[in-house]
This record gives sequence, C-alpha cells and structure tokens, in this order.
Amino acid sequence: MKMRTTTSLISAASAITLALGLAACGSSGPADPAADSDSPTMWALTGSSENIFRSSVEDWNKANADDKINQEFFANDAYKTKVRTAVGAGEGPTFIYGWGGGVLKSYVDAGHVGDLDQFLADNPEVKERYIPSVLENGVIDGKTYALPNNNMQPVVLYYNKQVFEDMGVEPPETWDDLMALVPEFNDAGIAPFALAGQSKWPNLMWLSYLVDRIGGPEVFQAILDGEEDAWSDPAVIEALAKIQELVDAGGFINGFSSIAADAGADSALLYTDKAAMMLHGGWVYQNLKNDAPEFVESGEVGFVPFPEVEGGAGDPANVVGNPANMWSVSSTASEQQKESALNYLKDGLFSEEYTQAMIDSGAVPAVNGIEDQLAASEDKDFVEFVYGLAQDAPSFQLSWDQALSPAQGDAMLANLDQIFIGEITPEEFAENMNATLGK
Amino acid sequence: MSTLLKPKPVMRVRGARAEGPSAWMVVPALAFFLVFAVLPLLGVVFLSFTNWNGLGAITWAGLESWRTALTDSVTLNALIVTLKIMVYSLLVQVPISLLLGVFTAGNQRYRAVLAVLYFVPLLLSSAAVAIAFKALLDPNFGMGPGLGLPILAQNWLGSADLVLFVVIFVIAWQFVPFHTLIYQGGVRQIPASFYEAAQIDGAGRIQQFFHITLPQLKYTIITSSTLMVLGSLAYFDLIFVLTAGGPGYATRLLPLHMYLTGFRANDMGAASALGVILVVIGLGLALVLQRLGGNSRSASQLEGA
Repeated sequence: MKMRTTTSLISAASAITLALGLAACGSSGPADPAADSDSPTMWALTGSSENIFRSSVEDWNKANADDKINQEFFANDAYKTKVRTAVGAGEGPTFIYGWGGGVLKSYVDAGHVGDLDQFLADNPEVKERYIPSVLENGVIDGKTYALPNNNMQPVVLYYNKQVFEDMGVEPPETWDDLMALVPEFNDAGIAPFALAGQSKWPNLMWLSYLVDRIGGPEVFQAILDGEEDAWSDPAVIEALAKIQELVDAGGFINGFSSIAADAGADSALLYTDKAAMMLHGGWVYQNLKNDAPEFVESGEVGFVPFPEVEGGAGDPANVVGNPANMWSVSSTASEQQKESALNYLKDGLFSEEYTQAMIDSGAVPAVNGIEDQLAASEDKDFVEFVYGLAQDAPSFQLSWDQALSPAQGDAMLANLDQIFIGEITPEEFAENMNATLGK
Repeated sequence: MSTLLKPKPVMRVRGARAEGPSAWMVVPALAFFLVFAVLPLLGVVFLSFTNWNGLGAITWAGLESWRTALTDSVTLNALIVTLKIMVYSLLVQVPISLLLGVFTAGNQRYRAVLAVLYFVPLLLSSAAVAIAFKALLDPNFGMGPGLGLPILAQNWLGSADLVLFVVIFVIAWQFVPFHTLIYQGGVRQIPASFYEAAQIDGAGRIQQFFHITLPQLKYTIITSSTLMVLGSLAYFDLIFVLTAGGPGYATRLLPLHMYLTGFRANDMGAASALGVILVVIGLGLALVLQRLGGNSRSASQLEGA
C-alpha cells in the first residue's frame, strides 16, 4: 500500500511539473521578444523589392547604431494572414507592411496603428517627397496612417511586339479594337490574352478597369461607401457582360482558370509567344527582367494603357492597380521603437540610394522629382510610361480586393471567378454581392 | 526510491496486475487533452455566439453567426462538396488500397520492392504534393505539352466538372499508400491455416479472397474507413494549395470554408460556428463507424485457427 502511495505521489508530482512546464511555455510564448529590446522590428515581403528593402536596412543599421532595425521577410500570401493575427494579438512588428484600403482601416479602427500627422507636420519634407495621389492611400478619416515604401504599380496592358508585328496589327485603343483583335489572333493559333484565372485576383483587373471606363470611379466609390444595391449599377452589369462576351469569343487562353500566377505561368505565355497580350500589374515588368531578360532587352515587351470603352463615362486616363505598398507604425510598440522607426521613415526611406536602386530594378518609386533619373534608366520606356500614367491619372483606384473589407473582397473574387467560367450571370453576381454590402 | 521498491518486487507486480495501473497515470494525457482540445473547443463554442474580426473587441452577437453560417448557400454547397469528396474518396481508395494491401502482403521479393515504391507519396508533405500537381496540371507548361499528349492538357483545375475528380485523384494518390500499409498489416495477421484448409476444401483464389481475406479484414476495413471519412473532414492543406476552393466554390469544402471565413473574410464568429458543425459531424460519423463494427468487439475472429 505504501508503495502505491509513493508511485501515485511520483506520478502526481510529474504531472504537476509537466503542467508547470506547460504554463511556463505558455507565459514565455506570447511575451513579445521585441518589447524587451529597444530596436524596432520590420516585416517585409519577398519578391520584386526584397533586395531594396534588405540593403536599405543594412545600410541604415551600419550608419545608425542607436536606431537598429530587426528585419524579417515573408512570402506574400503567408504574410497577409500572419501579420493580421500578430497585430490582433498585440505582437505585430513596429513597421507593418500594407496596401492601404480596407485592411489599414480595420487596423486603425482597432487602434493598432498610430497616426503620423504630428510626424509629417514636424517634417514637411517627408510629405513633400511623395506624389499626393499615392500618399492619399494611407489617409483614413483625414489622418495619415501609412507612408509609401516602394513603387507605383498601375495595371497596364502588356503585349508581345514581335507577335503584333508578325500579324501586322496595332495594340487596341478601344474596346472594339480589342474585340476585333480576338478572332485574328485565334485564327493565327495565338491566344489573344494570357490570364492566371486560378489565382482569382488577376480576373479582378478586368472588372475594375471596365467598370471605371464605363461608369467612372464613382461607381466603385458607391460600393465602397456601402450604398444599397451599389453592385447593381448598370456599369457593373455591363462590365461583367463584356467580360463574358470576351470569354465566349475565346479572348483568354484555353484553360485559363487552371493557370496560377504564383510561378509566373501567365507571363511565360506572353514571352514564349503563346499569348499576344496580358493585363497585369506594373510589377510584372520587374519579374520579366528576371525571368526573361532577353525578352525585355530586345525591346519585345510592349505596354499600353487599358483601352477606352466607347461612350463610357470614365476618363480613359484613369488608372487602377496598387498605388504603392506602405509602412505603418504599430501603436503597441515601445516609445523607443517608435522613435527609431520614425527616424528611419525620415532619413532611411527613399534616400538617394534607395530611390536609385528602385529605378534600376525597373520600378517607379512613388516620389516626386525623379524625371532625370528615369530618363537615364535602362528601362526608360517603361518607367517613364508608368510615371506619366500615374502622374496624369485623375483617379488612381486601389485594387478592389484591398480597398474593400476582407469579407467583401473574398466573396467578390469567388463570384467573379464564377463569372469568368460562366457559372453565374451578371445579375446573379450583383445580387450575391449586394448581400455583402456593409460587411 | 529504489531502496523502497527493492524488498518486495514480486508483490508490486502482482498488485499492479490485480488492480491495474494507478488512475493517476492518466493525468498527463488528460491534462494535455484538456488544455489543447477541450479548452479551445469551449473557446470556439463561445466565439460562435460573438462578433469578432480578429482585431477589435469581441462583441456578443447571440445566434447571428449561426444564422449566417446555416442559411448561407456557400455553407450548404461546402457540405455537399465535403460529402462528395468523402463518398468518392471511399469508393476510390478502399478497393485500390485493399487490393494493393493484399498484393504487397505476399512474401515475394518483387512485391517488397514494389511496396517500397508505392509508399513514396507517403513521405511527401501535402503542400509539396499540391504544388507539384499544380505545375503538372498546367495546360500550357504542364505534363500535357511536356509529354506531347494533348489529351492531358485539359482545363483540370479550371472546370467545375473536372476539378472535383482531380482533387479526389490527388488525395487518393497521396493517401492510398497509407491505407495499403494498414491492409498489408491486416492481411499478414490472417493465419495461413485458414488458406490451407480452404485449399483442401477446393476453394480457388477468388473464393479464398471473398470468403477468408475479406471477412477477416472486417476491422481493418472499419479502421481504414474511419480514417478516410474523418480525414476528408480535415482535408485542408492539399486543397488549399491546389485549388484554394476554386473555381468559384467548386472545391470549397467545409474545413476550407471555415478557414477562409475566419482568416480571409475575418469573420471569426461564423468561422467558429462552422468549426462546431465540423466537430459535431466528425464525432457523429466516428460513432456510426464504430457501431458498424458491432458491439462484440472482443469476440475473436480467429476461432479454429
């Protein structure tokens, strides 16, 4: 009997030790390691601007031993989920990488990011650095919560110059031109448009541009404001109908909804002469420089603005895309971290080397006064085209999936996918989406 | 401690046998179960009655999330998709893995070599499998054009009619080896004397399979089917990476719908309600499958062996 008591005591003791051990893990886990140290943390994205972010922080850390930044990199999709969870738990980084729009607004509403108004008032040169229409994307309810950190990414119509030359045709200026090109390319055995439909978000570029061209930016503004039945606007219905017409006419490559954008299978269609055109974001040019340097260097890659829709109310100079990515400063960071972060935003971000490195990568930073550098760039044609496009645009609309609340954005991409594969009608789309307004 | 135990080692063993191990032994496992399963589950039940976007304050919502989750046509569709994947997976995987299991249970050397090859997919992570198949199924740069077989260049992931079968195929490709392993073990447990007796009675190979192998594998079939059915309630990683639920909602099964509702649409309330539904369905199915095995689980199948 005594022995049994001893063994039970031992097992009880080990259970308690175990429980304590667990509790210890529990308490050490959530404790923010960055809160102990005074250096700010930065979560940045891998991909087109990765090297620029990296070398900027390395140089900054060398020159500013007191304001050292701890930098980490994440892949796009993984980052979007991770950062939200971390910010919600109060464990986010000091520098929060974002797109502006609905997600930034949800951070602001929950009090997770600090406003930069005082900082901008104290340092007017920071504000003057940026192109106003781009800076506007970090403004929520009249206050600035985020500053652009990379390049302007308008969506443009890329085309393969060689293919166009061989066929003796010109890139489309109007929607009718575009529809007229479709049978010509199909007859020649070349797909008119490449599209990575499997990734869903590339589909959205078509809808955003068509709605803007047909009805102007007010149509989407009404949706953003949550006005009743805003998705039933005739411009939305007409844009969706035009998309389905284009799909039915064979405008997109066969099996486009099986193509994923992650590995660049859509751009590959363009530079392997399998597709003639592709509607895509400005970052594709940077990727093309890496994936198909000979295609870019030989000047075969062409780019024009999205065509005009005859009789449409929208200004054909309007642009949609990502004005730029942005840094926000976490409001849960320590005072010391915030101070170092602001110092970096003031002196490190868009330093001369930063801006130059960005231009060298084939991108156009969202700052003023870079005309000379752009003219000297080896990608002069493209960077000047993008710069002009963004500067002259009466409206630079943020990608809808970022501008809308996450719940609406998710439903929109799924429903739009069904439009492209012909499973639902434009009216059904409007009905499904009207149900999400205000969510 | 050893000095305490040494004097009467025999008694200790006897005592343990008579009374079973101390109930305290269950404490560590129970503590783990409480902390990592029951507590989170209670948290999910609580969250399902609230409104929370993952960032701001949690507010009481009553039955609103449940109403959203239960009346949403996407949820109904997700249930149907889950059911389809479950049934088709069973229909595809059970016969294949049963036959492969019987085949690899043989002692011939070439079968051992083949068995090792069959088990390779088991070593790969679901994400890797999904990424590989996504690349292979690309209609322009995938296996169709690569092998010069246009028939393989279909709109595999983009057609709502095809994609479900692609998903079921990839799931089967990944999990058949695992179930084969289970069946192989089951078949090897059947005493050889059964087959000898059957041979003396003049039973052919097919008769032996249907009258000895199959009935003897009853519990193996139940175990493997339970894993398949419950597994299809948890398929997430593979489908998330392969199709992300698309095109449209064609492959958005319940666990994926729960994840996307919670972490894409940031509606934790509705996602929690979906989570509770998943748990209830899962427990119900597990119970039914266990019942199928009959209550006399201790009854021997080896009488006369």
